[in-house]
Amino acid sequence: MDNLYRDFILEHYREPHNRGRLDPHDLAFADSNPTCGDELGMTLRLDESRRRIADVAFDGRGCAISQASASIMTDGLRGLSLDEVLALDPREVIADLGVPIGPARLKCALLGYKVLQGAVQGSAANWPEEADVLAGPSTGGSAP
Amino acid sequence: MSVSQPVAIDGAAMRADFPVFDRLTSAGLRLAYLDSAASSQKPRSVIDAVSDAYAHHYANVHRGLYELSTDADARYEAARSALAAFIGAPSHREIVFVRNATEALNLIAYSWGRANLGPGDLVLSTEMEHHANLVPWQQVAAATGANLEYVRVTDDGRLDLDDLDARLVREPRLVAVSHISNALGTINPIAEIARRAHAVGAIVVGDLAQSVPHMPVDVAALGLDFAAFSGHKMLGPSGIGALWGRRELLDEMPPFLTGGSMITRVTLDGAEWNEVPWKFEAGTPAIAEASGLAAAITYLEGLGMDAVRSHERELFALAWRRLAAIAGVRPLGPGSADGHAGVISFVVDGIHPHDVATVLDQQGIAVRAGHHCAQPLMQRYDLPATTRASFYVYNDAEDVERLADGIRSAQRLFGTA
Repeated sequence: MDNLYRDFILEHYREPHNRGRLDPHDLAFADSNPTCGDELGMTLRLDESRRRIADVAFDGRGCAISQASASIMTDGLRGLSLDEVLALDPREVIADLGVPIGPARLKCALLGYKVLQGAVQGSAANWPEEADVLAGPSTGGSAP
Repeated sequence: MSVSQPVAIDGAAMRADFPVFDRLTSAGLRLAYLDSAASSQKPRSVIDAVSDAYAHHYANVHRGLYELSTDADARYEAARSALAAFIGAPSHREIVFVRNATEALNLIAYSWGRANLGPGDLVLSTEMEHHANLVPWQQVAAATGANLEYVRVTDDGRLDLDDLDARLVREPRLVAVSHISNALGTINPIAEIARRAHAVGAIVVGDLAQSVPHMPVDVAALGLDFAAFSGHKMLGPSGIGALWGRRELLDEMPPFLTGGSMITRVTLDGAEWNEVPWKFEAGTPAIAEASGLAAAITYLEGLGMDAVRSHERELFALAWRRLAAIAGVRPLGPGSADGHAGVISFVVDGIHPHDVATVLDQQGIAVRAGHHCAQPLMQRYDLPATTRASFYVYNDAEDVERLADGIRSAQRLFGTA
C-alpha cells in the first residue's frame, strides 16, 4: 500500500543508527521543524586534523521520515571533510532515502540535514529552497 | 426552515453542493475532508456569488458616482448587515471587515491595547489559545509594559475557572479567550467567563473563529466586548473576516491601518478619521469576497445553525467512541459531546502525528497534524504535536469509520497494533 513507509525506512525509525549524544564534542547544533515542532540535536567530533568528521550522533524526537533521514545521512558522514559537508546536496539526502518525498514531508526529510549544516556553518544555515530540492536529484557532481 | 425543529443534516447529500468533492484523490478515492477547523470547503453558491460579483457587479466601493459602483457598494454593505444579523450584533456599524480573525485580534491589540494599556496593567489570555490570540497580546504587553498572564487548562482540556477567578481578583484590564479551542475542540463557557470578567471591569475579547461557523452565536447574548472570526472557516472565501466590537469602544479607538477610505479629510498636516466601521477599513477591501461571505451566511441559515451544531455533535460523539475503543489511541479533551465542537485531537502511541496523517492521506483522508498554532497548549501536555480531525456539514459517519480504519492500518504498518 505505501511506498513511503518501506521496511527500510521503518527499520531506521525503530532502530536509528548514530543515535545519542557525544560528550565531549567539537560541534553541536539543534533545530526544530517549524510545521510540527519536532526537535533534533546533533553532536560531532572532529579528527586530529580538525577538518574531518570522526564521529556523529543525533537525538531528539520526530516522525519516521525525520528519524530515518537523520539515521541514513549520519551513516555517511564519518571521514568527510567539513568542506564536503558544506557541499552536501540536500537532493542527495532525499535520494538516499529511496522513497518519494513530496512537499508535505520535505522539512521532515531535511531536518537532519538542516541541523548538520547548522553545526558546521552556525545558525546562519537556512532551510534549502523547497522548489530546488523537489526539482529532483542533482545532475552535478559536486557532492561527495 | 423552522428554527425550533432543525432538519437533520445528511453529510453525504450535502457533498453534492460542494464541487471539490467531484475530485477524487490520485488513488481514485472519495475525499474524506476532515480539516475544516483549518479551512472549510465552499458550496457552489459561494463560488458562484464571488464569480457573479466579478462578472456583473464589480467596481471599487465607496465614493463611486456611477451606477456600477453604487451597485458594488450596496452589495458590500448588504454583506456587512447580513453578517451583523448572523452573529446577533446590534448594528451593522459594529462589523469591521478584515482579512481574517488574526487581523481582527491584531486590530484590537494594536488599537485598543496601545491606547488603553500601560505599565503594570494586567492582560489575561489562556494556555489553550491559538497563536493569533496570544502573540498579539505578547507584542502589546511588551510595547506598553503591561503584564500578560495565562489562565491554566485542566488535564482534560478545559479552562480552569478557579485559576481564572484567582487571576480576576487582580482586576485585569482585558481578558482574551477563545470560544472553542482550535486544537482540542473544547467549548469554553465564554458567557460565564465574560460575566465574571465584567464583574471586575475587564474588557472581554472572544476569539470566535471556531464557533461562528459551527454553532448558533449571539455576541450580545454572550456578553462580549469584541469578537473575531474568519469567513474562510464558515464556507466563505479566504481573505475576508470580521471584527465585531461594541460601538462605544470602536468609536473611541484610534485607527489601526491608515490611508484611503478611512479618513474624512486629509491635509499635509494631518487627517480626520471616518466613522466606524470605515475608520478601520483602510484601502480597497475584499469586495467580491464580501458577496461570497453573504452567500455562505445564506447557505448556513438555510441549514440552520442548530442543525449544523447537532450534526457535528453526533459526528464527534461517534468519533470519540470509535477512537477511544482503539488500543494505543488517546483522544484529547473533555470528551463529553456537549463540551466539544466537531474537533477531535488525538495521539497514537508509537506513531508520530505526521506519519499518522501521511498514512491517512494515502487513503484519501485529509487531517491535520502538528501543533495547530497552539504550541503553549502542546507544551502543557508535553506533546510535540497531535493529529486532528474536524467535521463540518459535508462529513458523515462513513468519514468517521474511514478515519478509525485508517488509524488501525497505520498501527499495523508501524507494527504497534
